[in-house]
Amino acid sequence: MEVTRIVFVGVGGQGNLLASRLVGEACISANVPVVVSEIHGMAQRGGIVESAVVMGGATSPIVSDGEADILIGFEPSETLRALNKCNKNTVVISNIRPLPPFTVAIGQGVYPDMNKGLDLVKHSVATLIAFDGDALAEKAGNSLSLNMVMLGALVGCKATPLKEEWIKKAIENTTKKAFLDSNMQAFDFGVAAARVG
Amino acid sequence: MHKLLLDSPGKEMLLLGNEAIVRGAIEAGIAVATCYPGTPSSEIPDTFFTLYQEGGFYFEYSTNEKVALEVASGAAVSGVRSIVSMKHVGMNVASDALMTMAYLGVNGGMVIINADDPSLFSSQNEQDNRYFSRLSGLPMLEPINAQEMKDMTISAFDLSEKLKLPVILRTTTRLNHIRERVIFGPIKDKPKKGYFKKDPFHYVAIPAVSRNLHKTLLQKYDEALKLSENSEYNSIKGKGKWGIVANGVSVNYVQDAVEDLGIGNDAAILRMGFSYPLPNDIILKFLNSVEKVLVVEELEPIMENEIRSIAQSNGINVSIKGKGGRLFTRLYEFDPGLVRKAIASYFGVNDTSPVKIDISNIPDLPGRPPNLCPGCPHRAMYYSIKKVYGEDAIYPSDIGCYTLGVLPPLSMADIVICMGASAGSACGISAATDQKVVAFIGDSTFFHSGIPPLINAVHNNHKFTLVILDNGTTAMTGHQPHPGVDTDPLGVKTKQISIESVVRGCGVEHVEVVNPLQIKKSISAAQAAKDFDGVSVIISKEICPLYAKSIKRAKKTRPFYVNQDKCTHHMDCINYLACPAMYIDNGKTMINQNLCIGCAVCAQVCPENAILPIKDA
Ligand code: SF4
Ligand code: SF4
Repeated sequence: MEVTRIVFVGVGGQGNLLASRLVGEACISANVPVVVSEIHGMAQRGGIVESAVVMGGATSPIVSDGEADILIGFEPSETLRALNKCNKNTVVISNIRPLPPFTVAIGQGVYPDMNKGLDLVKHSVATLIAFDGDALAEKAGNSLSLNMVMLGALVGCKATPLKEEWIKKAIENTTKKAFLDSNMQAFDFGVAAARVG
Repeated sequence: MHKLLLDSPGKEMLLLGNEAIVRGAIEAGIAVATCYPGTPSSEIPDTFFTLYQEGGFYFEYSTNEKVALEVASGAAVSGVRSIVSMKHVGMNVASDALMTMAYLGVNGGMVIINADDPSLFSSQNEQDNRYFSRLSGLPMLEPINAQEMKDMTISAFDLSEKLKLPVILRTTTRLNHIRERVIFGPIKDKPKKGYFKKDPFHYVAIPAVSRNLHKTLLQKYDEALKLSENSEYNSIKGKGKWGIVANGVSVNYVQDAVEDLGIGNDAAILRMGFSYPLPNDIILKFLNSVEKVLVVEELEPIMENEIRSIAQSNGINVSIKGKGGRLFTRLYEFDPGLVRKAIASYFGVNDTSPVKIDISNIPDLPGRPPNLCPGCPHRAMYYSIKKVYGEDAIYPSDIGCYTLGVLPPLSMADIVICMGASAGSACGISAATDQKVVAFIGDSTFFHSGIPPLINAVHNNHKFTLVILDNGTTAMTGHQPHPGVDTDPLGVKTKQISIESVVRGCGVEHVEVVNPLQIKKSISAAQAAKDFDGVSVIISKEICPLYAKSIKRAKKTRPFYVNQDKCTHHMDCINYLACPAMYIDNGKTMINQNLCIGCAVCAQVCPENAILPIKDA
């Protein structure tokens, strides 16, 4: 099996660790070799949260600069910050809803022009799939389901061996009943968003 | 029953590395588990905590790593299996007990889980604790994946009982926080109660006894060496003229690199899993079978130097490179690309790494450092202290969430060394200078190692203020309980030790307890502490709101907003308090109502009374 290296980046509270874990669970039940790695610790204090999934038989748990097959960014400036993980064949999936860090509020930094930034991405990697993931989560009726939207987009982009059913099963097994419908809905919106491009 | 307790050999689960260690301990039939939490090891005790009642073993969050190691030692000399976990710097604290436990030895198996943190994801240094096995003489095992983290934990117990020595299992952050498939084994039935057989001329480490015990320890080294020579964890994979030696997570990088570079027919990999004592004969055989050797190990060149010494004593003249030869650095963790490049360059093969895209055009990005949460009581206390003591006072700080106060605009940390050092270093600064000194320490850190320096301060007449930030939990590492709390996170009542009584017991004459969310009272407490001639203590008492929320004890509050008619835009709130729920929009100060927890501190700080709670709709 081809090795697929996926990097997840986001901000504490966006749920990207759960997303990468669900990919891990999905791979286990589908008997696909997988290693997931997470950075713990600062997740709840507004810092950057990064995780990686390597599927297909490589045993290294992390992804080096330039070696991501897929970069999935839950926040646009974090997508840009993680571009060093990309090569010209990388598929980049990015939420476009900004979540400015506090440094911007206190005047220590400026939030960049996202359209310009993402335009640069578009011209330097194979594919850029960018959409307002938060809007889709809200449309699904659960503003906390951004991670499901992004998971949907990961499956929808077709750049991985991941199958919709695998992930859906993993979502079913880990989601509280009350949120299951909205999570599934969010996931489906994500799949559709990636298909459209 | 909790899944990790199921006696179902063959079951497969996606486990965090730290959970795999816990499962290993369960399979090994442990009776006692202890710890002091610390990233990257914290999920080990947190998992034990969720299991111990059902699992029928004893578990405790100990007050510090040394105590944790002593508790585990007491259990192991009494004949039951015990496990103790800590982060790498915790081992420094525990090392006093560690060094002599190597002499005394154990009856029941005792395993020390030591989690190193290359790259300092959440630590004050990146020391290489493989040196501790060399220092103490204790055997060391190093897993490479989650399955091995489980299996090696069991092997470590067996090894410990064979040698009658504690055994160190060393992990690194990467391994602690991987998730992988782990296949369960059977759960061994081992005694949960032991018996302490008196044998003072073995267990009482007076010089006459220890002289013999040291001899025994050296004999055990010889035995351990034999076991290391035959260990399944020290194995040579593949054949070829190029030799690569690796340990820990790097073994994966090496395996993948050999595959990626297509040099499987030329490269042999010697993987060191039983890494102290290093297996002399295996290394000799390996050195004799290859033309040149590359040693791949994060941090210090420990294997490299030991292998070089084996080569030298046997007159073997192959080139051995690693840190020597500058193929690798002693800094930070490795990654697959870095290892692939070093292998390609050393053996002269084509590097097949993909080329990273040009990112020079990407606009500058604002930093996103971790920050104290909205409504964190530490921020409020920092505000009040700074109001009274000003910018020029020196602020020694300690290890915890509050260390994040180092960031501007709070800038409330001038020196941080290690757990408990705020009070100790404050003694020195106040003795050596005429500057005002205010030291900060968290509640858990105070119990961990803040008490001796406080006693020192009082007894030796130092002059400074110690602020104990009591938020009712060990927040930074994931909200573990500590001796100052009355209930644990599961709601079970615990014996509470009052920080105030301890402080008074230490002889401190000026002690005041304040709620940091009340700014006026906090400022006057700070003023009184400043005016006191001697050691003064402020106990800043308010529960961590994140923890309060997780145990459903959060107060019902309304978020605040800025009344734009009253706000005069001097932005004192942002410039001095800097709650991350606030932001500036087109020159106006605003509050993000989803982030604001309604602590009301900003409202007290605003001189225009422009910040108000949102009225019910
Ligand atoms: S977790 Fe608690 S103590 Fe830590 S920064 Fe957040 S509110 Fe403060
Ligand atoms: S009330 Fe003010 S200081 Fe407290 S959380 Fe809300 S914005 Fe922050």
